[in-house]
Amino acid sequence: MTPDQLRAALRGVPDPDWLAAALHQVAAEPATIERFFPAAGRRCGRHELPDLPGWTADEAARALLLTALPTDHARYAEALYRHGDAAERRAVLKALPLLPVGAAGVPLLHDAIRTNDTRLVAAALGPYARHLAPAAWRQAVLKCVFTGVPLAVVADLDARADGELAAMLAALAAERQAAGRTLPADATDLLDRLSADRASTAAGRAGGSDRLSTREA
Amino acid sequence: MRIFDPHIHMTSRTTDDYERMAAAGVRAVVEPAFWLGQPRTNPGSFADYFDSLVGWEPFRAGQFGVRHHATVALNPKEANDPRCRPVLDLLPRYLDKDTVVAVGEIGYDSMTPEEDEAFAAQLALAVAHDLPALVHTPHRDKARGVERSLAVVAESGIEPGRVVLDHLNEVTVKLARDTGCWLGFSIYPDTKMSPPRMVEILREHGTERMLVNSAADWGRSDPLLTRATGEAMLVAGFTEDDVDRVLWRNPVEFYGQSGRLDLTDLDLAGVDRPRDTFAGNSILRGGS
Repeated sequence: MTPDQLRAALRGVPDPDWLAAALHQVAAEPATIERFFPAAGRRCGRHELPDLPGWTADEAARALLLTALPTDHARYAEALYRHGDAAERRAVLKALPLLPVGAAGVPLLHDAIRTNDTRLVAAALGPYARHLAPAAWRQAVLKCVFTGVPLAVVADLDARADGELAAMLAALAAERQAAGRTLPADATDLLDRLSADRASTAAGRAGGSDRLSTREA
Repeated sequence: MRIFDPHIHMTSRTTDDYERMAAAGVRAVVEPAFWLGQPRTNPGSFADYFDSLVGWEPFRAGQFGVRHHATVALNPKEANDPRCRPVLDLLPRYLDKDTVVAVGEIGYDSMTPEEDEAFAAQLALAVAHDLPALVHTPHRDKARGVERSLAVVAESGIEPGRVVLDHLNEVTVKLARDTGCWLGFSIYPDTKMSPPRMVEILREHGTERMLVNSAADWGRSDPLLTRATGEAMLVAGFTEDDVDRVLWRNPVEFYGQSGRLDLTDLDLAGVDRPRDTFAGNSILRGGS
């Protein structure tokens, strides 16, 4: 995802002049983002963008506003998240991978993952979640399974899923089974893939290949 | 019967209530910021509360197919505590939020000078943010409280059609009827108003600019009394269209003045609407 892609996907919004003026103003006077950011939903709409699956117009507009800042991206991202309603917080989380903030946005991910708002949890598990430590990431994936967030929202799921996550999922599956309940199908599929990996790794170990432990490293 | 409850404190209610409300036809609510029973002692406590009104509570409501909007203000009771006064400085941030459709509840509790100041300051905020105002009328010394509230509203310069005076009754409705303000009535199990008394008021004063709410909160109250009032109206001979006007189109019109009411994509299945519906069930985003 790049700012240009966001800009292109937003061409059809109801009030494109407002957005263009806001972006211009934010570049010149960064503090003005505090008024534009909450207004973006009612100016640009909240519909899904056909050219940008997984993004709504308000999210894309707000992410673009953040990328328009000349400096202090981390400070503004944090303030807009802390002072934002749920939609604004979601937009900040989705914008993080586009901003030159290094790992400074990680506390915002922790905050979002602590909530029970599934839209925030989902938004925290995009590409920026590569900055999350493994333990926190696994807990977040498990929380998705618990709260019914589709695992398709988790970036790099297969590349990052490890033996520890497999053990946690298997334990949850056992609890659910004991209670006469099931895991969501995507979680069962993930567990199957991880178990198959493990089996092939065990088989391959004799032949010198150890894919799973490479991934864990 | 589609129902928009224009005043209900869902933070104090359970998910059972959301389920029963949805089953009764409630598809939209406005939750005004108010007193929580336990007095707060610092502005941070309010910030967390306001965050919940624009964050967690709309999410919770959405899980039951109910659209949640809010009004934000420093309530009259806590306006008297100097430790809470800095809340006034927090308000502009929240009055910019998409789901905040009015300034409220403002007005009087004990009619103190501190309440005078907070009331006037927050009406000025409503004007500055181009938002309607929800005015709570006091429970004690109510008639004088309504008169004084009307004087403060007139002095503020806010357009009366953008103000609702809430918790009115048989006595106070007469003071407010011809002011151009909207008239709010809270239907309670045994205080404030009851469904039969509400029907009498509608018979006498008509359905124009009338808002009926449950004002359900942490006290003895019932979120289904909006529905009960609609049913009492039908029994008394009002048409389905009258009921739809009072319980849906009127609150849509009043809060729609914010330009922020978003009722798109609501699932109205199971809610039998009268044929002559109002375009306002899909108020477009946009405006200010």
